[in-house]
Amino acid sequence: MHLHLKIWRQKNGDQPGKFVSYELPEVDEGSSFLEMLDIMNEQMVSKGEEPVAFDHDCREGICGMCSLVINGEAHGPQRATTACQLHMRHFKDGDTITIEPWRAKAFPVVKDLVVDRTAFDKVIQAGGFITARTGSAQDANEVPIPKPVADKAMDAAACIGCGACVAACPNGSAMLFTSAKAGHLNLLPQGKAEKDERTLKMVEAMDKAGFGNCTNYGECQAVCPKEITLDFIAKMNRDYATARVRKFFSKAC
Amino acid sequence: MSATESCRIPSLVKKYLMAISGLVLVLFIVGHMLGNLQFFIGPEVINAYAFHLHHLPGAPVSLWLIRSSLLGALVVHVWMAILLTKENRAARPEDYLGQKTRVATYAARTMPVTGVLILAFVVFHILQYTTRVVPVDYNQTIGQSAIEVGHVELEYFDVFAMMVSGFSSPLISFFYIVTMGLLCMHLSHGVASMFQSVGLRNESWRPKLKCAAAIFGWVIFLGFASIPASVLAGYGEPYLSAKETAWANAPVTPPPSSH
Repeated sequence: MHLHLKIWRQKNGDQPGKFVSYELPEVDEGSSFLEMLDIMNEQMVSKGEEPVAFDHDCREGICGMCSLVINGEAHGPQRATTACQLHMRHFKDGDTITIEPWRAKAFPVVKDLVVDRTAFDKVIQAGGFITARTGSAQDANEVPIPKPVADKAMDAAACIGCGACVAACPNGSAMLFTSAKAGHLNLLPQGKAEKDERTLKMVEAMDKAGFGNCTNYGECQAVCPKEITLDFIAKMNRDYATARVRKFFSKAC
Repeated sequence: MSATESCRIPSLVKKYLMAISGLVLVLFIVGHMLGNLQFFIGPEVINAYAFHLHHLPGAPVSLWLIRSSLLGALVVHVWMAILLTKENRAARPEDYLGQKTRVATYAARTMPVTGVLILAFVVFHILQYTTRVVPVDYNQTIGQSAIEVGHVELEYFDVFAMMVSGFSSPLISFFYIVTMGLLCMHLSHGVASMFQSVGLRNESWRPKLKCAAAIFGWVIFLGFASIPASVLAGYGEPYLSAKETAWANAPVTPPPSSH
């Protein structure tokens, strides 16, 4: 298949970027989206041109590195699919495909299609962990966890931190990411001890990082490659409210 | 970190304030609509209702308490809307070239626009029917009618005649009906969102709440829009012309009570 590509090129964060058009003949329908970019880059290198920089790692849809907005949709048109797992058979011969980086103030462009997602690390550092005592590991079934709770925690823990939720949100909000990361720990007995502190600190870090506010559009859920739902945002809204109230009254005594 | 960022209201607190102030305004809207629908029972009923509203136990203090809490809710709602819009635009400075929307409804995306238009409407509406000075001075053109309060007959400002007179202008009626359509849209996102914002929503309730909010929006629209629509269709016209003749023959009606 023959493709027309419109790709965002930007030398670095200080210089403005622009779209550059490329023609790519003879793309195999069986190749993945990233393989298509690899082929294009090889051709560019052989011509002595600067290849297009893009993030990638496992190419199995589990690492969260790939971060392409394809035709205006984070990770492309396929639901519950990362860009690396998207295949060219979902496009037609002669299609024009626009490829852009995640766009959000909290995710500045490093180069071309690569963005800096340190802001997510800041949110995790604020509370996305449990303070575990050192020593030998606990016996596996010592802490009973009901199956539905474990399942729900696992749904949240499926978040790979790719940032598609931020990219798709018209407000550049990181609520889905933060709520998934806080939610999976807040649900489990191991994480409950620090639930209030975690929720307050992660929301604070999220706001500080320059992410926008949630206005309940639902775009994040629609693009999430791991199908994390707005339920976790609702849960975080609940947890945050109770944490604020408890903190207010514990200060008094 | 800049000074504005350090004293930024936490994002979730803004959501709660938006939801709670929204709830106060929604409850007011329901009460206001039910009150207004007495227009269809007849002039005596809605005129007596207006009298009761202005003579609540403890009036005028109680009346001004209610008005100021509504104004407070409105101020919080608008203030949060301004903050959200400003911060959200800053958080997402650029759009995508082929910007696509997957699930966000038209109502959700136009909340700031419908909000501003509804706010402009509220200002006009208060000037027209509360202070009664726009587009004509109803305090001069509309006289009094007899109402019965606690088995006592008394003369009171004719609200029914004022409504008929106001809505007999097609331009004003059209403006009211269109704004109620915008309010319907605003509510269809807002009422469902309220539950999400305070955490009272999940996957199984989401579609139900969305549907309920849409129905609620339509009920509010039909309830309010039915009044100007019925006046345009001729309802109340004979009453108003009869009254106008009566007032023209007896122009010495005392000025209406200020509260």
